[in-house]
Amino acid sequence: MLRQIGKRLSIAIPSVIGVIIVTFLLTRVLPGDPAVYFAGPAATPQAIEEIRKSLGLDKSMPEQFVRYVKDLSTGNFGNSLTTGQSVASDIASRLPASAELTLLGLLISILIAVPLGIVAAVKQGSVIDHACRIVATAGVSLPVFFTGLILVYVFYFRLGWSPAPLGRLDIFYSAPPHVTGFYLIDSLLAGQFETFRAALSQLILPAATLAIFSLAPITRMTRASMLAVLASDFVRTARASGLSPRAVIITYAFRNAMLPVITTLGMVFSFLLGANVLVEKVFAWPGIGSYAIEALIASDFAPVQGFVLTMAIMYVLLNLMIDMLYGVIDPRVRLEG
Amino acid sequence: MNRREFLKSTTAIAATTAVSAPAVMSSASAQARNETLLVIREEGPNNFDIHGVGTNRPGYEVSWNCYDRLMSHGVKKFPDGSDSYDRDTFTPELAEEWTKGDMSMTFKLRKDATFHDGTPVTAKDVKWSFDRAVTVGGFPTFQMKAGSLEKPEQFVAVDDHTFRVDFIRKDKLTVPDLAVVVPGVYNSELIKKHATEKDPWGLEYTKTNTAGGGAYKVTRFQAGSEVVYERHDNWKSGKLPQIRRVIWRVVPSAGNRRALIERGDADLSFDMPNKDFAELKQAGKLQMVSSPVGNACWYLGMNCKNPPFNNMKVRQAVAYAIPYQKILDAVMYGVANPLYGAKSNTVSTTAWPQPHGYSADIAKAKALMAEAGMANGFETTLSFNVGEGVVSEPLAILVQESLAQIGIKTTINKITGANFRNELLKKELPMIINVFGGWLDYPEYFFFWCYHGQNAVFNTMSYQDKDMDALIDGARKAAAEGDNATYEKDVKGFIDKAFAEVPRIPLFQPYLNVAMQKNVSGYRYWFHRQLDYRTLAKA
Repeated sequence: MLRQIGKRLSIAIPSVIGVIIVTFLLTRVLPGDPAVYFAGPAATPQAIEEIRKSLGLDKSMPEQFVRYVKDLSTGNFGNSLTTGQSVASDIASRLPASAELTLLGLLISILIAVPLGIVAAVKQGSVIDHACRIVATAGVSLPVFFTGLILVYVFYFRLGWSPAPLGRLDIFYSAPPHVTGFYLIDSLLAGQFETFRAALSQLILPAATLAIFSLAPITRMTRASMLAVLASDFVRTARASGLSPRAVIITYAFRNAMLPVITTLGMVFSFLLGANVLVEKVFAWPGIGSYAIEALIASDFAPVQGFVLTMAIMYVLLNLMIDMLYGVIDPRVRLEG
Repeated sequence: MNRREFLKSTTAIAATTAVSAPAVMSSASAQARNETLLVIREEGPNNFDIHGVGTNRPGYEVSWNCYDRLMSHGVKKFPDGSDSYDRDTFTPELAEEWTKGDMSMTFKLRKDATFHDGTPVTAKDVKWSFDRAVTVGGFPTFQMKAGSLEKPEQFVAVDDHTFRVDFIRKDKLTVPDLAVVVPGVYNSELIKKHATEKDPWGLEYTKTNTAGGGAYKVTRFQAGSEVVYERHDNWKSGKLPQIRRVIWRVVPSAGNRRALIERGDADLSFDMPNKDFAELKQAGKLQMVSSPVGNACWYLGMNCKNPPFNNMKVRQAVAYAIPYQKILDAVMYGVANPLYGAKSNTVSTTAWPQPHGYSADIAKAKALMAEAGMANGFETTLSFNVGEGVVSEPLAILVQESLAQIGIKTTINKITGANFRNELLKKELPMIINVFGGWLDYPEYFFFWCYHGQNAVFNTMSYQDKDMDALIDGARKAAAEGDNATYEKDVKGFIDKAFAEVPRIPLFQPYLNVAMQKNVSGYRYWFHRQLDYRTLAKA
């Protein structure tokens, strides 16, 4: 297992290097001159030149690249000009916010989609199967920002059930002591149940938005994969041997149907990280998606590079995790690997 | 712990929190809410210090509230009864009193004023701060220069509480320039401790730390999401503000800002989109204040350097083809001052901005096009900043539609915010939609940046004319010498000329829109178009 992980990681290294090079080049090719932007409203050519120099933009591209890589190797992602902080600390403080939201969204989605998919497959053509189709179609066709705004309108503005969409906590609560950066976990660790409730109530709408968005692929994949497995010989044999339908579906069929579902989960998770950008905008969520967008608008190179790099590393780790899960679920994969 | 025990304990916890929490919350939060102001806006600051590199506009607000200036402005009323700063009166802030000589001005500082950390404010701090503003380069130095404040030698700390500014030339803008955001007074000893060889003025430290003696200090900051201020209880430069804590939450979505203020969860929503403002005003549940932005207008600029817009007749034709009223109604929802349709292009007052004599008249526009030898029209592009797209985009479409009627085929060119200033600097765009507003509310200031042959960035039309320069320079000189007759003649002269030759067509004067709950009072409009927390109060 360890050797497999090591092998996987060594395959990932070239892709990370590729990402570093591509983001570096892309941010330089994009229109928008940061020196002009940061010179402020009354920029004279001289002021712009001074800023260009102080940002190191007067150096040649290879020289800038070498400098960038050197900084990276010491864990220095550079400084964000728009927030005035170091990119590493910005990302470190914002990543848990995004991760908490995305994971909760995914969790809600799995809890609804997987059972729904199984039932739809088992009772093909029933009311539940049609309902499943409607849910999937609706989820896929509604853009996340739209779902988000509708949820805010209904549950906050009209009904008043949900708290104000003002980020992770209501203004009169302070954040729990930092352990994991996940407010739900940190508040429980600190025994602050009131804060836990506040954080959870802030999370529900944005997480639901993400969940609705990701319902479709998971439900469809569960259903399709279950259908294929249910039609296979070993399930027929199991049934013929007189095993209870429950045992057949859960123990035999579902376990075998899980592999494609896990693959889909990996993909959905990466989609969600992308969709996060818009959801964070709608809910004033202090995550890394909204951070990257703001930086992009301001031609602020360092955060954009930092964001892309963080994402790339996360994808690599995610894929690694999925591969390992494969091994756990289906030992044959381990042998082949 | 077994399952039953666990269930028991969680229900117990749930029960106690359910009973005790609301009681604790309601008394504490009621008091906190009364002394706390929750402000929501689209953006947050990127730097607390206006002397810093690339400080954005929300950053000006932090500078304004956390640093004192020597003097500030008095108050006057807009016609609708709302408060505005008074351009023409200066009131004591850190300086108790001052005497203005012919070539210098001496300030007596308050003896009891202290910085946030308790150290007394001295004339040495003032000198250090002013030296910093004129030395660091970039925007602060540029703004100081606008009032002829250019060299450290001009600033003298006479004794601990006496400070003198020597003039290098007579300039009417020197005194107003001392009351803008830039010349704040910084805690020099504190900042020096954080200065390094590479950063002798400690700009790195003041980026995220407030080192001043203003009425507020920042106590919590999360970039892009939240700024929390606490009152400086020992503040002596004015009446102690009522608001103890200001929480500024960044809410990027305009729809959510509207929902928050409508439901009463936010106290104040700053700089609202016109559509929301017009609708909320009609609903009547909130206190809505809309103040004309001084010395500012939206305009259509044409590049005078290159054909076809180097032809005055073509520019006039365009000015007659703009659907001014449609723009006011459909783009601005009526929340703007019209700047068109005066009796003629010859003005009778020195007020700025004021209406010009053009109005939508397609027949006249066509005639002018024919006179210019362009009866068949031409093709061109119309550019604007996507960052200002809420106003610019529908405006551009209306203009495009109208210009098509006189044969001008326009392609709309959207430029991203990061790249817009870059493009402006090149001065190649044939036609642009843009907005400009000057802090110092004087017509000659506006014209010096926008029409003068020195060709500053803001002269986006590359308009150059010797007579225009003479009129602008003449007005500036007359203002400094107090020669009212010449001043008036020159100001009217340059406005007339600008209207006759129309290198830029003023479209409308924008408003700054603020929505507040009914229990909030004391809002005042400022030239820097940011909030001043000191006068705000909550009932």
